[in-house]
Amino acid sequence: MQEKIEIDGKGYWRAVLRLTLSLLAIWFLASYGAGILFRDFLDQVKIGGAPLGFWFAQNGAIYVFVVLIFYYCWAMGRLERKFGLRG
Amino acid sequence: MATAADWMSAASFLSMAGLIAFLGYGGSVYLMGWTGGFVLLALLLAPFLREFGKFTVPDFVGDRYYSTTARVIAVVCTLFISFTYIAGQMKGVGVAFSGFLGVPFEWGIGIGMVIVFIYAVLGGMKGVTYTQVAQYVVMIFAYTVPAIFISLIITGNAIPQLGFISNVRGDEISMLDKLNEVVTGLGFGAYTETSKSKLDVFAITGALMFGTAGLPHVIVRFFTVRSASAARYSAGWALVFIALLYTTAPAVGAFARLNFINTVNDATYIEDGEDYDMTAAAIVAEGGKPVPVWYKDWEKTGLLSYEDLNGDGIMQYRGPNAPDGLQNELKPSNDIFVLANPQIAQLPGWVVGLMVAGGLAAALSTAAGLLMVISSAVSHDLCRKTLFKDMNDKTELRVARGAAASAVFAAGLLGIFSSQLGFVAQVVAFAFGLAAASLFPTIFLGIFWKRMNREGAIASMIFGLVATFTYIVYFKFVDLDPTHWFLGVSPEGIGFLFMLGSLAVGMAVSVITAPPPQEIQDIVEDIRVPGLRRTLSVAQEHSAP
Repeated sequence: MQEKIEIDGKGYWRAVLRLTLSLLAIWFLASYGAGILFRDFLDQVKIGGAPLGFWFAQNGAIYVFVVLIFYYCWAMGRLERKFGLRG
Repeated sequence: MATAADWMSAASFLSMAGLIAFLGYGGSVYLMGWTGGFVLLALLLAPFLREFGKFTVPDFVGDRYYSTTARVIAVVCTLFISFTYIAGQMKGVGVAFSGFLGVPFEWGIGIGMVIVFIYAVLGGMKGVTYTQVAQYVVMIFAYTVPAIFISLIITGNAIPQLGFISNVRGDEISMLDKLNEVVTGLGFGAYTETSKSKLDVFAITGALMFGTAGLPHVIVRFFTVRSASAARYSAGWALVFIALLYTTAPAVGAFARLNFINTVNDATYIEDGEDYDMTAAAIVAEGGKPVPVWYKDWEKTGLLSYEDLNGDGIMQYRGPNAPDGLQNELKPSNDIFVLANPQIAQLPGWVVGLMVAGGLAAALSTAAGLLMVISSAVSHDLCRKTLFKDMNDKTELRVARGAAASAVFAAGLLGIFSSQLGFVAQVVAFAFGLAAASLFPTIFLGIFWKRMNREGAIASMIFGLVATFTYIVYFKFVDLDPTHWFLGVSPEGIGFLFMLGSLAVGMAVSVITAPPPQEIQDIVEDIRVPGLRRTLSVAQEHSAP
């Protein structure tokens, strides 16, 4: 134990949970929501030649997933710096 | 990329586009399920497991739940999952070899067993990661190059993802509408619809997602990265590489279905004994359509069959509700679609060869990753940590090789005899169901709920594994009537419901038994905050006598 910096572990964990939950909400909406539950409603709109709900189930959800993970990586990096866990 | 290659199995490569070709919208469960799982992995498991600092899943379970029993159960779960998964891979290898060499499917599996054996067991495990990167490159080329050609031919758009939502070339109708029109005209369900209930689609997607997050051979990849942050990014990059293939798959599937119907339906059959070229020319001269060469090639594998029910010598491909009342005479297996697709579209020979190479690369890399998990589970977790604690490194290695060898052999046999289990992707889907219900709840609660204790973990793993396995075996071998399914959820999707059950069982049992020791609760707090646990464990090592 060198210099003991007081790390607000509890506050950090709360922030992580908040971030995780909101991202999981988007995750749920893009896949189970748009692709399955509200699919019929979304199918009224078309993206190119494909019904929107169908497109979400086969292509769109995957794009959303990729963006989600990278946003998470970035946001977690920011949190770690804010709580002095990095550097 | 190694993670991507590891996980991108024969199922994704060979079987999935074929499944989508047949299932249409119903195939979405595989697309969303297998990619969505990576979000769970990145957000809920990977960084924390990295902080825990162990090397295998049973190691984590054994230490977090301070129990040898829990460790052994985790080994059993790992073996069940990996074994089911590897049987699916062997099927994939069988398809690729039988198509490539023109031999029956069973021979193909036999050849595949020998190759996997040489590759993974004798070759050792060290080179596996590097070859997996090479295999990923082969795979992605093999998948996208033919897809681009075919997309150009059908829609005039070179990017398959865009071709998927474009119009048919030189026509005002969109590719998907055209496909719907063609398949319903033959009496199949519309391509953009499914016969599955919403609940079943939901459950299968769930089982695949949570299963991805619980797969031992994927999780182990994240134990060895540099930091929690690196674990998050590597999950992200793995998903990028996977997405490249997975967003192409729906396009490949749709094109394949269209091409298959165009070339084979209502074609005149040519018997094996006849001279193909002469007969084909005669048929064309009469204004008919001869059976294509690719069909005759693939017929040898036994994965494609034609029975002339009405005796007219013409191959009618029809769905259950055909408007013209004709019976279906063609039975193609989904698994051949991706491999045969370049041939169907009459692309040059090197594209076809590329496809076969990609299929083999997919199956081999996953099989190798799984074998590593199986052999380390047996040699490290079971033998060294539990049964014979005084085992040395040399014996451990020997046990590991023996375990891998017997796993290849048994999985090959299982691949041959599991024909009733359906297609490669479906066999693999069972492995995901098992993973979702048995390992995911235990790992997840182990990180996010300090109060989760030994008794809860043991109960939850046993419940998930036994319930899911029993359900699958019962409805796949004993009672084949789908109307008896629990809430109408198919064996593919049941892992999701039992995962919820397993979470509930684990929490209930934990609450009524004693809480875990204080030092375990402290560890759980530490792995939540990156960097803490590493300094701790280093300090401990230094202070050790």
